Amino acid sequence: MTEPVIRVAGLGKSYATAAGLFTALKGVNLEVREGEYIAIMGPSGSGKSTFMNLLGCLDTPTCGEYWLAGENVAHLDNDSLARLRNRTLGFVFQGFNLLSRVSLQDNVALPLVYAGVDKEARRARARLLLDKVGLGRYAESLPNRISGGQQQRVAIARALVNAPHLILADEPTGNLDSHTSEEIMRLFNELNGEGITVILVTHEPDIAAHAKRQVRFLDGEIVSDHLTEHAPC
Amino acid sequence: MLKAMLGEAWLAMGANRLRAALTMLGMVIGVGAVVIMLAIGQGAQYAVQQTISTMGSNLFIILSGSLTAGGVRSGAGGGPTLTVGDANAIDELDGVANAAATHQGGRQLVYGSQNWSTQVIGTTPAYLGARAWNVVNGAAFGDSDVRSATRVALIGKTVAENLFGSEDPVGKTMRIQQSPFVVVGVLGPKGQNLDGRDQDDTVIIPLSTAQRQVFGTPFLGSVRMIMVQAESAEGMERTMADVTALLRQRHRLREGMPDDFFIRNLSAAAESEAETTRTMSILLGAIASISLLVGGIGIMNIMLVSVTERTREIGIRMAIGARQADILMQFLLEAIMLSFAGCLLGLVLGLGIALGINAVTGMVVVISGSAALVAFAVAATVGIFFGWYPARKAARLDPIEALRYQ
Ligand SMILES: Nc1ncnc2c1ncn2[C@@H]1O[C@H](COP(=O)(O)OP(=O)(O)OP(=O)(O)O)[C@@H](O)[C@H]1O
Ligand SMILES: [Mg+2]
Repeated sequence: MTEPVIRVAGLGKSYATAAGLFTALKGVNLEVREGEYIAIMGPSGSGKSTFMNLLGCLDTPTCGEYWLAGENVAHLDNDSLARLRNRTLGFVFQGFNLLSRVSLQDNVALPLVYAGVDKEARRARARLLLDKVGLGRYAESLPNRISGGQQQRVAIARALVNAPHLILADEPTGNLDSHTSEEIMRLFNELNGEGITVILVTHEPDIAAHAKRQVRFLDGEIVSDHLTEHAPC
Repeated sequence: MLKAMLGEAWLAMGANRLRAALTMLGMVIGVGAVVIMLAIGQGAQYAVQQTISTMGSNLFIILSGSLTAGGVRSGAGGGPTLTVGDANAIDELDGVANAAATHQGGRQLVYGSQNWSTQVIGTTPAYLGARAWNVVNGAAFGDSDVRSATRVALIGKTVAENLFGSEDPVGKTMRIQQSPFVVVGVLGPKGQNLDGRDQDDTVIIPLSTAQRQVFGTPFLGSVRMIMVQAESAEGMERTMADVTALLRQRHRLREGMPDDFFIRNLSAAAESEAETTRTMSILLGAIASISLLVGGIGIMNIMLVSVTERTREIGIRMAIGARQADILMQFLLEAIMLSFAGCLLGLVLGLGIALGINAVTGMVVVISGSAALVAFAVAATVGIFFGWYPARKAARLDPIEALRYQ
């Protein structure tokens, strides 16, 4: 058996609020193997984003263990977390989160800047990824010149630029219409077909149906975890 | 990496040009004041050095007549009270290197069809010693020429050029006041003095000849001025006191009677002039520090605003792998770039004003590369010092909080 990409044991997160301690995540256990395609579902406030932020090394858990590609993340310092965010995983947001002042190409190349890659290699790699998501011809445009769906493709290209082990996407189609959503999902399917591990959060059963495995959250806990049953056509 | 960051800092600055320009203003004024301060300060220093090196060191002059409390000069009988004998006696004193009686005035020179108005100095060879003035072409006249009142002349470079052109003046005969003078030597160049007067525009002839042939003084042997050079700077005060005592004795001035001569320390005069400019540059230094402080606070303020405005951007950068150090560096570079841009404009402004001061007042200014270096060092320091806090604030943001910021 190979080492899982992600292993989470008893992962919990609490917030101190005016009303007292609020536990958003209550000891979650999960294993994700290389090449898996997972959809996380659940009602609003069930802790999906909290969980994704922990997986994305953007936040630190209150308790529990998290191994990412064999490394125990829960005890890493800021710089090591930044390195993981830079090299090991790619994060895709609901709101795209491109830098509005720089060109699409520079947006895609930005993670490479922090990886210390030189300028020529950055350019070449960013072009390659923009071509891959079908937006090579907009390389020099600013983000506000292209549509939401296209912006999300650029964001995916950016997430992929450092050849990460896995892609984490928190409601990547949340701001998009159903047609554009399908396009984005086809891109994720394609990436997963190439062997990249994909974990995404969605409220749409149609979107979740693209994934091979579905995990359901409720009140900060995983309540179901099963393979997608494909309706016979 | 650094190059990429510099590019981004440049972009960020360009995104808000007016704001950047206003932020820089304090730096511009501060650096401008630093540049002017250095230009004037170094100018004063240079001027003193220049004066002392061309004028001669440890010099003082004794003038005929007395200075009363009211500042009105009332020489005994109106005529000059100093004599050639006084000069000779002073020369014998311990601590005196040279003492030369002089008599000078403006006269017209004629050579062939050329003429030239210049300052004629009648003196003794000791004068050349006191002023550390050498003869570059030909030879100086000697004491015997003074004794026998020969008509020989040493001419300055400017006179040589204007009167003789490309001819070699040595051995030629020119006229001063109708009297023919043989040019025996050309003096080495000295350049301008502190007042901007060309010191090479001069003719030096034996004192006796000057008094008899050129100025026509009624009291032969009396002089208006004696130039004295002390042997050392430390001995200056003492030598001046000794000279005063000697002259009072020779002039038979009793206790309580005022001096019938006036002593002026030339080296000290140059120093005090420098002191005035130094005071001015201290004042400018104060303006510079205050402007730099205000400019720095301006930069800090705008950087804090910028960090808040760009919280989300910071969150995005962190999410894709920027370390705290990267964010810190980015904002620090932006602050430094702001202050450097201000510094550059300040340099231009300061240079312009310094040159303007020179053109209008004639004050000596020295513009050196070290001034630019100091200005840039100051700008970097201000940028780092005042940019540090906002940059650190940006670097310490929590990625999740920053991403959530609207
Ligand atoms: N910083 C915080 N401080 C306090 N409570 C928080 C904080 N972040 C999240 N929560 C709470 O934790 C709970 C889970 O939030 P989370 O964002 O993970 O939900 P979600 O499943 O992503 O919901 P949605 O589908 O609406 O995105 C919510 O009740 C939320 O109010
Ligand atoms: Mg959410």
